[in-house]
Amino acid sequence: MDPGNLALQYFLSGITKGSIYAVVAIGFNLIYSATGVLNFAQGEFVMLGGMVAVTLAQFVPLPVAVAGAILAVAVVGCLLELLFFRKLRHHSILHLIIITIGLSIVIQEAALHLWDEKVRSLPYFTGNEISSVRVFGAAISPQVLWVLGAVGVSVAGLHVFLRYTLKGRAMRACSSNPEAAMLAGINISNMRTLAFGLSAGLGALAGCVISPITMTHYEMGGGLAIKGFAAAILGGLGNPMAAVVGGLLVGVLEAASVRYLPAAYNDVSAFAMLLLVVFVRPHGLFGAPAGAQVREH
Amino acid sequence: MNPLTAILTLGLGLSLLAPASSLAAANSGPIKIGAIFSVTGPASFLGAPAAKTAKMLVDKINNEGGVNGRKLQLILKDSAGSPEKAVSFAKQLIEEEQVLAIIGPSTSGETMQIKALCEENQMILISCAAAEVIVNPLAKHVFKVAPKDSHAAVLIYRTMKDHGIRKVAVLSSNDGFGAAGKKQLEDLAKAEGMEILVNEVYDKQATDLTDILTKVKSQPGVQAVVNWSIVPAQSIVAKNMRQIGLNVPLYQSHGFANRKYAEQAGVAAEGTLFPASRIVVGDELADDHPQKRVVTSYKQEYEKLFNEDVSTFGGHAYDALLVIVEALKKAGGPDREKVRQAIEGIQGLVGTAGVFNFSATDHTGLSLDAFEMITVKNGKFTVYRK
Repeated sequence: MDPGNLALQYFLSGITKGSIYAVVAIGFNLIYSATGVLNFAQGEFVMLGGMVAVTLAQFVPLPVAVAGAILAVAVVGCLLELLFFRKLRHHSILHLIIITIGLSIVIQEAALHLWDEKVRSLPYFTGNEISSVRVFGAAISPQVLWVLGAVGVSVAGLHVFLRYTLKGRAMRACSSNPEAAMLAGINISNMRTLAFGLSAGLGALAGCVISPITMTHYEMGGGLAIKGFAAAILGGLGNPMAAVVGGLLVGVLEAASVRYLPAAYNDVSAFAMLLLVVFVRPHGLFGAPAGAQVREH
Repeated sequence: MNPLTAILTLGLGLSLLAPASSLAAANSGPIKIGAIFSVTGPASFLGAPAAKTAKMLVDKINNEGGVNGRKLQLILKDSAGSPEKAVSFAKQLIEEEQVLAIIGPSTSGETMQIKALCEENQMILISCAAAEVIVNPLAKHVFKVAPKDSHAAVLIYRTMKDHGIRKVAVLSSNDGFGAAGKKQLEDLAKAEGMEILVNEVYDKQATDLTDILTKVKSQPGVQAVVNWSIVPAQSIVAKNMRQIGLNVPLYQSHGFANRKYAEQAGVAAEGTLFPASRIVVGDELADDHPQKRVVTSYKQEYEKLFNEDVSTFGGHAYDALLVIVEALKKAGGPDREKVRQAIEGIQGLVGTAGVFNFSATDHTGLSLDAFEMITVKNGKFTVYRK
């Protein structure tokens, strides 16, 4: 391969990884935007989405299965909030974060018993395992385009929702100043439920589109959550578009590092870059400096 | 009955019962066999079929009257692939349950953690993991029934040489299985006349490997790729290679010997070559092949009972139990030292992985011909013929 094509191929493989991190990071961001909580069970929502879709796909056409999975997992997200958060006496951020860690373990175990330990996957949305789209001599799986599409739709949808609808603006209000939002007549608890449902739904969508590439199994959530989290931090928490840029950046960085270093140093270079960015800009590449405004994007 | 009498009666009853029950355990009760498998967790693809197989075989033996007229009792523990859990379960099986022998664990890492423990307590351990270090250096009480890593690597290299392949790329995952395989491939390369041009390790949770494969593609002269890992990376490698148009043969380790992985990779798995024991191609064995009977009966029973394809990993549990039962018959009873000696005397025992010939110095029992080169054709495993 000539050097130009080669560089492009590395870039495209970075985009493949990055799109996966980005689509996971978006879900992270929404709950954070609405509640200030980092949801460590976000990876499990992604896993659940994939699992439910694979199960449904045995009975119904693929698009219906994906829609069904998003709905089902969104309901699970709402239920989790109702069960574990609403009755809580102290809604301190730390309490909530610790609960999400517990939830991630519970969901994993539940998935292990509901399904089993086996690896499964959805079929490729277009083409099959060996088809690829040619771009100037380099190649990329068509499924990556689906992932990027899902990223685009999610970001655009979220932007419209958070900026231009009353519900979305109320959600942002809860995050930036809960007391004031309450005084303005916003039901904070309901907003939190909605945020969990939406995040879970977004996670499920991610789980469906990445399933053909990464495959789905009950333990996949943890690893994805870490990378998604890194992407969200790098971009700047609280801003969906920043999360996407962060995700793609982490992916491309990893691929570029493979070009020059042994692949074993993959994560090292990605996280070194993350640390560097956080040193220079503690609020991420696109986040606003002050604490409260980070969430108010 | 007043309380005092009740307590006295109870105490008396218990004291009478106690010696009776311990006597029973030694002479006529069921013979306890411990099993530690990673039924859940990252190595569940090894442990889950093993646990199912062990239960199935023990039930079958008991239905047929047991061994020497005594039933077997399987005490199964799920280590979830964690060496710490394996250690505490091994202690429990040794001290509390006082089992005759332990089969498992599924992974080499877990086995190495309990190797010394079993040796100290003179507990027979029949490991279902592959690494060479389990039986080398030799421990008196530790055996293994899975074929060796080094045999798999040798067979891969020899098949390559038949095709005139001399220069390879080696990919492996950053876990025990991948590291052990990588070491064997590196150590054996020189002796087998192979040259490793690219040697990369990736994260076991990797979601996509196109970047590493791009590196392989950019390296001139690579004639084949060897991947040594466990699912899902095995399927991802196959897919990514075809997607970026890296059109050299793909060799995988014996870890690929579960048809699920080929299914996950779909058409991308076609033509993949890997060494495995004959259990995965039982249908193709000639009727007079020594393993034919064992392999087909295990395959039929397992697939009927659990409605899933048989894999080599379940077979290891089958073989481990087979070894214990054979030794028990020879020893005449559950005397641990006699059973241990009987295992070392086993010759020509036909199992799912091959024909076992143990000795005081060889605790593996299998030779290179336990492996067959297998390929994927139309989504099915079939014996590879040049």
